[in-house]
Amino acid sequence: MPVITYRDALNQALREEMRRDPRVFLMGEEVGVYQGAYKVSRGLMQEFGERRVIDTPITEEGFTGVGVGAAMVGLRPVIEIMTWNFSILAIDQIVNGAAKMLYMSGGQVKIPIVIRGPGGAAHQLGAQHSQSLESWYSHVPGLKVAAAATPYDAKGLLKSAIRDDDPVIFVEGETLYGSKGEVPEEEYLVPLGVADLKRRGNDVTILAWSKMVNVALAAAETLANENVSCEVIDLRTLRPLDERAIADSVRRTNRCVVVEEGWPYAGVGAELADVIQREAFDDLDAPIERVTGADVPMPYAKNLEHLAMPAADRVVQAVRRVMYLD
Amino acid sequence: MASRVVMPKLSDTMEEGRILRWLKQEGDRVETGQALAEVETDKATVEMEAYTNGTLRRVFAPQGQTVKVGSLIAAIGAPDEDISAIVAEAGQSHVGSGLQAGTPGSVAAPGPSPTPAPSPTPAVQAPRPAVARPARAAATPPARQAPSLAPRQREGGRSYRASPLAARMAAEAGVDLTGIDGSGPRGRIVKRDIEAAIAGGGQQPAARAEAAERAPVVRVAVGRQGAPEYEDVELSQMRRTIAKRLVQSKAPVPHFYLTIDVAMDRAWEAYRALREEKGTITINDIVIKAVASALRHHPEMNASFAGDRVRRYNRVHIGVAVAVDEGLITPVIRDADLKTLEEISVESKTLAKQARARRLQPHEYTGATFSVSNLGMMGIDEFAAVINPPEAAVLAVGAVRQVPVVENGTIKIGYRMKATLSIDHRVADGAMGARFLQTLKRLLENPLLMA
Repeated sequence: MPVITYRDALNQALREEMRRDPRVFLMGEEVGVYQGAYKVSRGLMQEFGERRVIDTPITEEGFTGVGVGAAMVGLRPVIEIMTWNFSILAIDQIVNGAAKMLYMSGGQVKIPIVIRGPGGAAHQLGAQHSQSLESWYSHVPGLKVAAAATPYDAKGLLKSAIRDDDPVIFVEGETLYGSKGEVPEEEYLVPLGVADLKRRGNDVTILAWSKMVNVALAAAETLANENVSCEVIDLRTLRPLDERAIADSVRRTNRCVVVEEGWPYAGVGAELADVIQREAFDDLDAPIERVTGADVPMPYAKNLEHLAMPAADRVVQAVRRVMYLD
Repeated sequence: MASRVVMPKLSDTMEEGRILRWLKQEGDRVETGQALAEVETDKATVEMEAYTNGTLRRVFAPQGQTVKVGSLIAAIGAPDEDISAIVAEAGQSHVGSGLQAGTPGSVAAPGPSPTPAPSPTPAVQAPRPAVARPARAAATPPARQAPSLAPRQREGGRSYRASPLAARMAAEAGVDLTGIDGSGPRGRIVKRDIEAAIAGGGQQPAARAEAAERAPVVRVAVGRQGAPEYEDVELSQMRRTIAKRLVQSKAPVPHFYLTIDVAMDRAWEAYRALREEKGTITINDIVIKAVASALRHHPEMNASFAGDRVRRYNRVHIGVAVAVDEGLITPVIRDADLKTLEEISVESKTLAKQARARRLQPHEYTGATFSVSNLGMMGIDEFAAVINPPEAAVLAVGAVRQVPVVENGTIKIGYRMKATLSIDHRVADGAMGARFLQTLKRLLENPLLMA
């Protein structure tokens, strides 16, 4: 099976879906001539032309709104936000436009739009450019939210997102673009709303998504040396949530640690903790632990940034706490 | 502000409680969640916890006294605080005036005192009931109280904290959490502790024996020769409950009785075979199974008299009378009609064991729709039982005896058992009861018919 980067997996997904359906088009800053700020759209303008790969001014609210309008009249736009930090400018179009249109039109107007781009911190980009905002969008009824951790999932999920008739918030990982993984040549889809077991284990369930899956897997590897068997579940979709996979796993392991890059307060991890206490209360042997980003604007200083991010050693500590090993 | 401490309602049916022992004395510092006193309720001996921090200023209900739920029994406040308002209230309501235990109507009425409080009204607070419920218990909470982070307590008094999983595992395995030292933070009992307890053959409830040892107070009247003419044994709460409940039954419920003789040859054969196979089945288990099956056919006997109507129950919950040191209690086998003989056997054994240890939770001894009482193992051939309201009937089962029976003109040895049904005449009549007994007889005489 070919091994390709996460970036190229996304590129394949876009290319295949644009070939498959002429209503699909890509719009955003630098997606065309420059071939994408992160080179996700490499070669697409050459293949599909300027009418389907559209460079925009630096106007997030404007071009997101154009996307919502295009979706209303039957096209299937893919809007690239250079990073999710900039989506704050477009949030009115996303939350008040895309998310509510189906409801407010009495089911008459679907919004099959995908809004995608990288989320989370990279390296020393400062407080305004290092945010994980997926919990904001997960909060909104009418939106679906996906966040892939591997090239395989990135491609399969993006294809499903483009084919979905509802607005999908597609959060990529800025530091994942160069990561590599196996991606089959034949076509496949990864359905929205289905979590994936990334590592099987018996003692504790670690829930993660996007690049935190790698943090969880690293922690699991360390803990395996201490004879602690961790199950790592990659949620892949934050809304709709695969509650069943979560509950089934925790019922088996009796313990859970949630790893989340974003801030703790009202984060996705809080929702997960709620699901678990409801669905698996009698099977819990310990309170659910959360490992999150620090509850501060991301520091610019390298050492502080490092401390503010969830890391494998903190996951290891959390697992040790729920296992009562300390 | 000083707080009133009142007798908490520690079980569904509790109306009064007896202070067995104050665990704190006047002047002692108390913290929220600490045990204040041991209280004997109608069902169990329970520790009562403090619900506030402070000094135990005054005790109004002395050791040994029985007081109604809601009555003022103590005051907690700052060491130098003026508690005259509470003391005045206590005086007003006659609590603490040395009344005899159990004199009806002699103790303070529950609820706010009518005494005009001259100083700021003391905060009313009932101590937190200390009866723990198993994780999945269907029982209603003992009382509505503000949530507390204090450790949970069980009858007999020792406190524990447990993870939900550990609590569930313990309930399923019949492990007593109070006997376990938790290995988690703040002594939390976690999965591995239960696993260790199960592996180690379970825990013995140490606190239980302690409670049983406490002999009741005995007053002796001395006769002319100096020998006692009689002795007065103070009623235990359980004896008091039995007395009250059975008067409630026998006086207003018009009992009548039907006795039937059942050929137990095949049941005995089945019992012997099963006993060899499983080792645990008893004749009573077979009777319970047969009664539950028979009730399926005769829902009119699985009922209650409810004033202006008869309530027929859709589920069959069989109460099984169990003798304990102080009296008897009837743990309940729920949905007995849906259970296999083996399930019934295991459950009745577990419940009886719990009953004898006084560890039954309220949901385990309430809600029966029909009861079975068996004195066969004590050599009784035949007797009539008193109905346990609101049930409409109780089956009294005697011993299985070897008797000469005449069959086709010859005498042979047969196994026979007499069973007497006590019926609430308001619910059912003789013919209905007789039909039920015929079905029961048919099932016991052909055990294979018990589906």
